[in-house]
Amino acid sequence: MAENTTTLAAVASEEDAAGQENFDRLIAEDSRIEPRDWMPPAYRKSLTRQVSQHAHSEIIGMQPEANWITRAPSLKRKAILMAKVQDEAGHGLYLYSAAETLGTPRDVLNDQLLQGKAKYSSIFNYPARTWADMGAIGWLVDGAAICNQVPLCRASYGPYGRAMVRICKEESFHQRQGWEILYSLSHGTPEQKQMAQDAVNRFYGPALQMFGPPDEDSPNSKQSMAWKVKRFSNDELRQRFVDMIVPQAEALGLTLPDPDLKWNEERGHYDFGELDWDEFMSVIKGGGPMNVQRMARRVQAHEDGAWVREAAAAYARRQAEQNQPAKTQLIGA
Amino acid sequence: MTENTSTSNAWPLWEVFVRASRGLSHVHAGSLHAPDATMALRNARDLYTRRNEGTSVWVVPAEAIAASDPDSKGGFFESAQGKSYRHATYYQQSEGVPHL
Repeated sequence: MAENTTTLAAVASEEDAAGQENFDRLIAEDSRIEPRDWMPPAYRKSLTRQVSQHAHSEIIGMQPEANWITRAPSLKRKAILMAKVQDEAGHGLYLYSAAETLGTPRDVLNDQLLQGKAKYSSIFNYPARTWADMGAIGWLVDGAAICNQVPLCRASYGPYGRAMVRICKEESFHQRQGWEILYSLSHGTPEQKQMAQDAVNRFYGPALQMFGPPDEDSPNSKQSMAWKVKRFSNDELRQRFVDMIVPQAEALGLTLPDPDLKWNEERGHYDFGELDWDEFMSVIKGGGPMNVQRMARRVQAHEDGAWVREAAAAYARRQAEQNQPAKTQLIGA
Repeated sequence: MTENTSTSNAWPLWEVFVRASRGLSHVHAGSLHAPDATMALRNARDLYTRRNEGTSVWVVPAEAIAASDPDSKGGFFESAQGKSYRHATYYQQSEGVPHL
């Protein structure tokens, strides 16, 4: 260790060496890194990317569901869907706040999304074709998200972990409401049941791909696990998810579109088939059915909101100029 | 709280504190951007109390918060260290004596 410190000091300042030592100790103790702590530049950069892309995913993720608000089959379903889409916006904002604590301002993060420089989860580049897709998205997409996010509640970066705690609490509502949509349809007419089955068939593969490429093709995972941001590998989480959804599909009376899916007594897990990773890479690179529309919609929403942002800022400026010093008032202890 | 909040024309950053119910302190919930205090309060309500998480909300301009320096925590909090006699558990003689 002494030797190590000497080597570090040779390239980094004394302050950085002390910072690194403190950082390594906190990670080893399974403690948390907080915004004003010293952290390695690579940790800051990697987390900024991860947390902001997570935020972008929540924001873009509003679109496939917002698409069905006006066509929800009942007033109750519409109210529920609006609450869910509002939650997605909220999740995006929690995560942008967490990302900003790493030092990159909000408008810079936002520009990265609008200019197509930042990625978001490729699952949202698939269309929501039928009402049953609202069910499949809630059950499978939000279900996969929960599976991924529960371990992130213990991520070493404090603000990220705290945002994830809040998000996970809310996501469980999303997953259950999605499952219930599918349950209603699968217990309805044969046509409704077929619609539910079609939606599951379309979202099963993409949902499993939400955990990222197989471990051997995921070069960044190792560093992320060493930093205790990521706690389980992509394949571990994917397996966990498959094991969870098989009985849930049975309870729905629906099947999962995978001929290789079967219980493996020896492993104590379900085996499942190879996923279409060529399609995954193509969607990530912009070739998915909805990439262009999702981005166009986001840019348009941002531009359409410009006058609101400007008016609010102008109003705040004028109020600040006219404002009398506020009366001091004790509001609590 | 961020290290760098000064951007061109972005709305300022506010820190949000929520009182979960009467009798409890306000606790830091997160942060948000808003042009002024009124909007910050409304946004805080929409963002942090969608499920009855609060009965009261404070918003504070992030730049108004003075914070201790994490790098000097050893020195800054030193005076409380090694003073176990400030805790009831330090006093052992009364062990077994009722109501003490």
